[in-house]
Amino acid sequence: MTMLDTTEASGMIMNKTADEAGALAKAVSTAKAGHETKIAASKVSVFYGDKQALFDVSIDIPARQVMAFIGPSGCGKSTFLRCINRMNDTIDICSVRGTIEIDGANIYDPKIDPVLLRARVGMVFQKPNPFPKSIYDNIAYGPRIHGVAKPGPAMDEIVERSLQRAALWNEVKDRLDQPGTGLSGGQQQRLCIARAIAVDPDIILMDEPCSALDPIATAKVEELIDELREQYTIVIVTHSMQQAARVSQKAAFFHLGNLIEVDETDKMFTNPSDRRTQDYITGRFG
Amino acid sequence: MSDTAQGTGRRAWYEPDAKLKRRHAADRRLRAYGVAAIVFALTMLMTLVGTIAITAAPAVTQTMVTLNVEVPEGAVDPSDPRGGSYQKILNESVARIFPEVDTPRELRELRQLFSNGGQYALRDKVAADTSLIGRTFEITFPLSDIGDQLRKGVIDRDLPREQRRVSDEQIGWYDRLVEQDRISAPLNWGLIFNADSRFPELAGLWGALVGSFYALLICFLVSFPVGIAAAVYLEEFAPKNRFTDLIEVNINNLAAVPSIVFGLLGLAVFLNFFGMPRSAPIVGGLVLSLMTLPTIIIATRAALKAVPPSIREAAIGVGASRMQTVGHHVLPLAMPGILTGTIIGLAQALGETAPLLLIGMNAFITAAPDSMFNPSTALPTQIYIWADSPERGFTSRTSAAIIVLLGFLVCMNAIAIYMRKRFERRW
Repeated sequence: MTMLDTTEASGMIMNKTADEAGALAKAVSTAKAGHETKIAASKVSVFYGDKQALFDVSIDIPARQVMAFIGPSGCGKSTFLRCINRMNDTIDICSVRGTIEIDGANIYDPKIDPVLLRARVGMVFQKPNPFPKSIYDNIAYGPRIHGVAKPGPAMDEIVERSLQRAALWNEVKDRLDQPGTGLSGGQQQRLCIARAIAVDPDIILMDEPCSALDPIATAKVEELIDELREQYTIVIVTHSMQQAARVSQKAAFFHLGNLIEVDETDKMFTNPSDRRTQDYITGRFG
Repeated sequence: MSDTAQGTGRRAWYEPDAKLKRRHAADRRLRAYGVAAIVFALTMLMTLVGTIAITAAPAVTQTMVTLNVEVPEGAVDPSDPRGGSYQKILNESVARIFPEVDTPRELRELRQLFSNGGQYALRDKVAADTSLIGRTFEITFPLSDIGDQLRKGVIDRDLPREQRRVSDEQIGWYDRLVEQDRISAPLNWGLIFNADSRFPELAGLWGALVGSFYALLICFLVSFPVGIAAAVYLEEFAPKNRFTDLIEVNINNLAAVPSIVFGLLGLAVFLNFFGMPRSAPIVGGLVLSLMTLPTIIIATRAALKAVPPSIREAAIGVGASRMQTVGHHVLPLAMPGILTGTIIGLAQALGETAPLLLIGMNAFITAAPDSMFNPSTALPTQIYIWADSPERGFTSRTSAAIIVLLGFLVCMNAIAIYMRKRFERRW
């Protein structure tokens, strides 16, 4: 981290404290009013072959809030994120221990079908990855394979609603039959978000969704995340602490495969309880 | 250290030293070697294709003779027009042109000038139109090989008699036919549309073309689905362990096995064990599919690998099963690469000779196969048979057949390149 980044980060934190003191109070009060726990992970360890990537992570993620995972590269935050929809299953050498409960059901229970799980837990990836198909088909694919809607007016409605929720409808409504890969990077990422919400999930996982986008596209996606929080539980992995501060209500700091600290975002950025968190946030490492 | 720095300091930094010159010289040398290699390869290719084309040139036309034939009433039964003795009728019309020929030796030599196929051409013509019986009409049919070679100048008239295959009388008769304007040389469509024959002037590639088509069809139908299934399993589903590693190594080895070994396998398994028909395109196709399989598997795996993992993640992320991920997304995206590999594999199979020799597809068969279970030849084995035949006419026909085969190969490769360009995707 350079000096510039450090000052920027701390400056931002100060701004945020000044500007959003009221918002902080509100967030705390809503937390008190009771956001029920949506995802409860307990003692999750992940191994890639012999190498352990995650050590006994236990965390409760509240419903209809944005939880940000921060930490230096290779700290295990993406690995943990991918445990929540069992994306790690696709990696042969990867094995997961511990339990993750969503609404009280352990998703690593053999009775749970990962296909159904992933319909409830949508995912948005680091690099926008629309299917090389039309915009319409990108959205309609999920509902179609899950049998949510038959092709026709019902499907058209789902496509329109998903694109509207992803704040993309007005930009693409006249060219739904054109390839999704022809959109700009920011539009592609919002298309991927629309694709994820088309199957009507409860939870949306985002793995550094803005790292490949320019600042304007980033701002749009962040705005969208803020709107989506009313209906969905969102877990976002980010390298940008400014972004974590802007979009999340709670934050979790990972370091070397361990979960160091979970707290209200505002508290973590102003008054972290762990020395390592403070060092990372102020830019002393990472 | 500082001394040397000062020593070199006398020269300006931009003046090249000897070492730099050597480096540039090495660059230039390397480029020259590359150009030389390409020029050499192109020269060899052009020499090869050029000699084949020059040798094949005479086969482009076929010398035909036109005779006035009278089919007398009673010589042919109109209710059974195929039963007549047409050779005799032809001989009589030849005798009308050359009335002076009467000794048996001369008559035999005279007949040698005309193709044996003449009687069949006459028979087919009369059978198609029985009203010709009792009339005189013109019929055009091939001159025999010696007549053909005489016109094309392959047989040198200036050689002494004992060194050439035609007698002085035969040359005289031929010249008289030319004077009477009875000789013509149209394009040799028979080379494509006739089946094989003992006589070069009648021999064609149709049987071989049909046989090759059936064999490639079988080869495609077997190796394409099996190859894709194997590749998809290995690439997308198989656990990575010692056993799958072993399979992978063996598939790569299989691609390097000499083709004659596949022929022996086909002989032992398909013919001897399963008792399938000898020389049949179905066996040829099965043997060729054994050879094509590794090519298709390797090409398919490469094409599947080239599909970015982000597409798989996207599909799995919205809840597609692995089969749906592969079937809806990965395989369609890999299809251009798979098809390209398949066409190249089939092109290889089209030119493959050794395994077909071992299962008897080099038999002498004078009719195109009706089905893939009938005996047949294939293009490369037909070339092999013709190259072995002593008649002069087969020399040019062999080269012409090679050009036909090369034409098919070039077409298939062109299709492969076109598809690669047309469907190439960038992510």
